[in-house]
Amino acid sequence: MTAKRGSMRHSIRLDCPADVVWDVVGAPARLHEWWLGVESCEVDGDNRTILTRSGLPMPEKLLTIDHNQRRFQYRITAPLFVEHLSTIDVHDLADGTCLTVYSVDAEPAVLALVIGGAARAALGQLPELLGVAVHR
Amino acid sequence: MGRKILLVTTDQQRYDTLACNGGTLSRTPVVDGLAAEGVRFDRAHPQSVVCMPSRSTILTGQHPSTHGVFMNGVPLPEDAPSVAEVLRGSGYRTALVGKAHFEPYFDPFLRFEENALSTNGTTPHGGSRRGFEHLETASHGAMGPLHYSQWLIKNHPEALGMYCRAIDDSLQVSAQPGGDTGAPQVKVNPIDRGIYHTDWVADRTIAWLDSLDADDDWFCWMSFPDPHHPWDPPESEMGRIDWREVPLPAGYPEDQATREDIIDGKPRHWRAWYDGTLVSNYEAPADWVPATLTADQVREVNARNAVEVELIDEALGRVLARVAERGWDDDVDVVFTTDHGELQGDFGLLFKGPYHVDGLMRLPLVWRPAPSARAGGPAAPSVVTRPVGLVDLAPTFCAIAGIDPPEWMQGRPLPVDDADAESRGFDKVLTEWDSELFGTDVHLRTMMRDRWVVTAYRPGTSHDGTEGELYDLVDDPLQQANRWDDPGMRPLRDDLVADLWDSQPPVRAQRLVLEAPV
Repeated sequence: MTAKRGSMRHSIRLDCPADVVWDVVGAPARLHEWWLGVESCEVDGDNRTILTRSGLPMPEKLLTIDHNQRRFQYRITAPLFVEHLSTIDVHDLADGTCLTVYSVDAEPAVLALVIGGAARAALGQLPELLGVAVHR
Repeated sequence: MGRKILLVTTDQQRYDTLACNGGTLSRTPVVDGLAAEGVRFDRAHPQSVVCMPSRSTILTGQHPSTHGVFMNGVPLPEDAPSVAEVLRGSGYRTALVGKAHFEPYFDPFLRFEENALSTNGTTPHGGSRRGFEHLETASHGAMGPLHYSQWLIKNHPEALGMYCRAIDDSLQVSAQPGGDTGAPQVKVNPIDRGIYHTDWVADRTIAWLDSLDADDDWFCWMSFPDPHHPWDPPESEMGRIDWREVPLPAGYPEDQATREDIIDGKPRHWRAWYDGTLVSNYEAPADWVPATLTADQVREVNARNAVEVELIDEALGRVLARVAERGWDDDVDVVFTTDHGELQGDFGLLFKGPYHVDGLMRLPLVWRPAPSARAGGPAAPSVVTRPVGLVDLAPTFCAIAGIDPPEWMQGRPLPVDDADAESRGFDKVLTEWDSELFGTDVHLRTMMRDRWVVTAYRPGTSHDGTEGELYDLVDDPLQQANRWDDPGMRPLRDDLVADLWDSQPPVRAQRLVLEAPV
């Protein structure tokens, strides 16, 4: 039996307040600063188009930018995707650290792996970009 | 000036596809000739039966548990050790031409340098990557951003659609029927032989060799993408073998009930995959049901595979001829092998997965030492029957180069004959499997020792950790009778399993993560 839809989740805990992370991951036009392989991104209302390093334009629909919950959600609307929803949550752990969780659901399932893997790499860019440490 | 090293790998090639190993379908005079002048290994096993972990083992000389690439889609860390780097540090010129696959192919963001490299030429940033100063990559067709694809797009765009479309619209390995029999991953390919990837890999290898000075020492990994599926060799070559006349492999009982009885004697994931109710890994078409495989499909797959094997042999012959023209022949060690095998009809199955039997684990391995290294004239050819592993290749290359193998390498230089193997304790070889894909996980640990292959299962989606497989390679060379639950075998089984667990390699401290399907 083949799973048509795939679901992946990656996270990183950083030694900084949640707002520090949210300022970057909650800003749709800043994606190329922390996502490896995104050359540029253009935001027009609730539409965002990213250009990948391979030259592939990827249109997206921005669904949620909730500054109170620190939740960001979007759908990739490229024809390759039957369905996609990515959710970024930044949790304040009330001890000076925060947990950023990147969840990806997609059909075909393979794309959840591809986007999820790239999201994991993107989370790994945050410490250097923000000048903060990964919590040990 | 020292000994030069030509490592020739194919992808997913069975032991019994070489004539020198008893194969009867393909003509392989070039590799047979190397075997006649060197060492042929009768029991060479991979440490993983899929590409990325196995190739990482060849490069690092480590088992998958240690280098960490536990399945396809897990990238080899940037700082992983590399025998190519060791050789480069000792003055060797180094190249990898053909299939690398240390990093995932599914990469729309081009975040893996192995994929991005084709946009920047053949010299990696910083002068080398994983020890290779020259990287020129290819895969199984016109897919992706690799050098061969880019070359094809630029020079032969008409050929792009000729290859089998290996991935379908749902981005799964395609089950699209093709050829004369409707077999999966089979296609009639009208491509001109001269631009097929096998000849391209040989051409680019020759070009790199031609760029070297006569007195350079060099290590070249020439890595053919074939005979891995899709089975779509140039149709112009298919007249070599009429699939209708191809005998069925010994491992394929034509009677369906017999096949299913054999499979039912194995742990349950075998039957689940056969029936199409379990997909544990990405390497086979998810929408194809192995139970539908027909005898004619097995024949056609084997015929096309055999033609691909012949094309590789001929391409290798061209490269060796160029080596001789450069005056290097006496100083070159040639090692021919593959990363893992292919079921190719055994048990009514194709492709690969968590199935640790000879189809996937018994590999062609031939080592023709440099003639100049022989003291006192030509050496008699030898056959090593004791078990060795691909993990032994990296230390072998070090030994050829006169370098002590670094401590991080877990193998040992290959033996030159059975006496050498016995004196140095080559008595077992390990293979492992770990996969986790959307909630389905499978974990196997296997040891080949003496005449036995034992596989113990760790708990996973389909197994509770009590299952296993035990085969007697002498009395049951096709591994059709699983003796795991045979009460009479219990003392032997316990001894083998204890040895298996005692022999496990160190586990990488920080577990790596699956980042792509393949």
